[in-house]
Amino acid sequence: MSKIVRIKRGLDIPLLGEAEKILQTPPRATEYAVKPTDFHGLFPKMLLEEGSRVMAGTPLFFDKYNEKIIVTSPVSGTYTQLVRGPKRRIMEVRITPDAEDEYLDFGTRPLAEMSPEQITDKLLTSGLWPCIRQRPYSVIAKPGETPRDIFVSAFKTAPLSPDMDFVVNGQEAFFQKGLEALARLTPGDVHLGVDAVNTTSAAFTGAKGVKLHRFRGPHPAGNAGIQIHHIKPINKDEIVWYVEVQDVIQIGRLFEKGIYDASKVVALTGPEVVNPRYYKVNKGARVSSFMQNNIRSKEGVTPRFISGDVLSGEKIGMEGFLGFYDDQVTVIPEGDKPELLGWLIPGLNKFSVSRTFPSFLMPWKKYRLDTNIRSGERPFVITGLYEKVLPMDILPMQLIKAIMIEDIDMMEKLGIFEVAPEDFALCEYVCPSKIEMQTIVRHGLDIMQKEFA
Amino acid sequence: MKALHDIVEKLKPHFEKGGRFEKFYRSFEAFETFLFVQGNVTRRGSHIRDAMDMKRTMVHVVIALVPAMLFGMWNVGAQHDQAIGVETGWFDQFLFGLVRVLPLIVVSYVSGLAVEFLFASIRNHEVNEGFLVTGLLIPLIIPVTTPLWMVAVATVFAVIIGKEVFGGTGMNILNPALLARAFLFFAYPSYLSGEVWIDTTLQEGQQLVDGFSGATPLAMLTLGEVVNLPPPGDMFLGTIPGSIGETSTLAVLLGALILVATGVGSLRIMLSVVLGGLLMGTLFNLLAVNVYMEIPPYYHLIMGGFAFGAVFMATDPVSAAQTGTGKYVYGVLIGVITVLIRVLNPAFPEGMMLAILLMNVFAPLIDHYVVQANIRRRLRRLGRARAPIKT
Repeated sequence: MSKIVRIKRGLDIPLLGEAEKILQTPPRATEYAVKPTDFHGLFPKMLLEEGSRVMAGTPLFFDKYNEKIIVTSPVSGTYTQLVRGPKRRIMEVRITPDAEDEYLDFGTRPLAEMSPEQITDKLLTSGLWPCIRQRPYSVIAKPGETPRDIFVSAFKTAPLSPDMDFVVNGQEAFFQKGLEALARLTPGDVHLGVDAVNTTSAAFTGAKGVKLHRFRGPHPAGNAGIQIHHIKPINKDEIVWYVEVQDVIQIGRLFEKGIYDASKVVALTGPEVVNPRYYKVNKGARVSSFMQNNIRSKEGVTPRFISGDVLSGEKIGMEGFLGFYDDQVTVIPEGDKPELLGWLIPGLNKFSVSRTFPSFLMPWKKYRLDTNIRSGERPFVITGLYEKVLPMDILPMQLIKAIMIEDIDMMEKLGIFEVAPEDFALCEYVCPSKIEMQTIVRHGLDIMQKEFA
Repeated sequence: MKALHDIVEKLKPHFEKGGRFEKFYRSFEAFETFLFVQGNVTRRGSHIRDAMDMKRTMVHVVIALVPAMLFGMWNVGAQHDQAIGVETGWFDQFLFGLVRVLPLIVVSYVSGLAVEFLFASIRNHEVNEGFLVTGLLIPLIIPVTTPLWMVAVATVFAVIIGKEVFGGTGMNILNPALLARAFLFFAYPSYLSGEVWIDTTLQEGQQLVDGFSGATPLAMLTLGEVVNLPPPGDMFLGTIPGSIGETSTLAVLLGALILVATGVGSLRIMLSVVLGGLLMGTLFNLLAVNVYMEIPPYYHLIMGGFAFGAVFMATDPVSAAQTGTGKYVYGVLIGVITVLIRVLNPAFPEGMMLAILLMNVFAPLIDHYVVQANIRRRLRRLGRARAPIKT
């Protein structure tokens, strides 16, 4: 057995509402949407007129700056509406589904007979290419580039994130097939990170053609970025790719069955969910389709719906849509109520990484955490706190400051190529000055990408 | 709570744009956020945030200062009684101290906060919480006999020159409280050295006891009067003359316990300072060419402001070194330099203030080397990755 990488620094936030391991198939959603905003840096150019018929796998739009990258429909039906946001930015491409999915056929030529270029082409035309993201910059991989390695994390550690062992159940063969397809795209290795104790599924521990790495530790141990850093860190000019488990499964289905089957298992979680469970839905499904009658309704409490986890997910409404990469929907209460002397009173229902709240005396307790920000933004004051939740050999505060002053040279020297906003999510969570670090990191990555790409 | 909140909401329009007291919006906001944690919700990034904020952090430092403050008040009375040779009981002694110390605290807070509020209004940012701590630190590190106007001048100087010219809390280079003390020390030296540590105002019929000196242990040592030194037990408890809050190592340790237990103060810095002080003290003790050097090294920890400085001053996160490794270097050097100044420089009996201020200035340099080490590790890794693979 490979040796265990122990992640010591990090934080598991004890949030209420973990999903029970029950898989349900909800009624088909009345509407689906593909959100170009899910793909950072992609500038969508529509390929269809409103009212067009689409099948699962029909191209919807492509990237203006990289025309090979196309995004396809996750279901068959009618493309009904284009929703635009401020500055006419395309926010949602809405599709009203048929009762049954019809799939576009991409052929089932055996992998062994295909060249890496042909595999790439198949991923591109089917619309599964955007599943492959790259570091540095944390954006969709560039077709034609050769990554040093490809990383897949087979466990998640973010608050209430789905159990990948449960998710892969029944999809083992597709997962393996997907790994094989990915392995053809790199001269290096496909690295699979598993939890040394909790990962038991043979689909992961017995995966073939990959390098298995065993991790143990609190969040963010499950983040691809942290695993890359501990397995084989990214140096300047190196590119690595990373793919989510369920996207590997979808890639596997593409090569096995020749179709873009966008179905995935999604965990509905959070303190405002009555019965947190797993649901089998398609990418882009309207979330209300599987939340109906399952959200607590208490007078005066507004729920916040998040596609993804509480740290890095996206705020959507009850009628919002599941994000492209997300396999979790979290519902938490809005914290829009003022609290008398809240900074002074003990606060038994508050959680804090510091020991200024009694939460450290009750490590077993789970909390109904809300979205209250607690304070206005302040300059950096407290030091040494961010390092405790970022298990990388990176100086978080110094890097953030370098980004704030847009010092490109310093950002590079301090390791910006190794990080993604999600890796700084916990730093942002613990920050007593309430500095929006994920936004800052994204800004830094954008600057670097402009400078070097 | 509802009623109180309604009152605040009712007043709010007067302070908002277009209101009668528009100019005082930032002051109003400071009081509003002081009363209520606002119902503001996250808009970008992490949807949940840790419950700790700046106010919570600062209030814990203030709580940690309370033992030293209370002991200091009592000690002011006790020292006074000793000087005039009467015994009035601990409660009367405490009252005597309270009456003398409270005005110092009030003046420090009022003058400092006035400047803070003014700058927040001019710069249009929220009032920062940093002064909640500074405002209590300043009266605790000066002699009880300091005139009130002097406290006000020093506080205003420290807040403007020490903090606001750099951009406010979080941007300052020097510890503002120590800067206030340094200002007094160099601007009004006669008020901060000599027989200033004990309130010796006499009422009718009272007179000082024979042989009263009122000198601090450090001053005695500088003069070579080792025989007059109080027993170490007294110095640890703090029943000795000195600045209001600094005398009791025990009370400071209680504060340290609160800071470390809550995770607000850096244990790393505290221990490093102590280590540095012991190191230098031991070195002198081994050389021992004069009576000052002969004292046991641990004496340095319980005399003067060593403990207070190590726990409350050196640990100020803004002016201290900000990297983990840097904190060790920073702390040890503070300890070493403090003892160095005490023993070798007869002009300054106490070295803590100057040592911390000096290291405040050097902290960015220390951090620079730690950051460079991090950068070098990354470059070496790159070098290894690029090196041709041997076959």
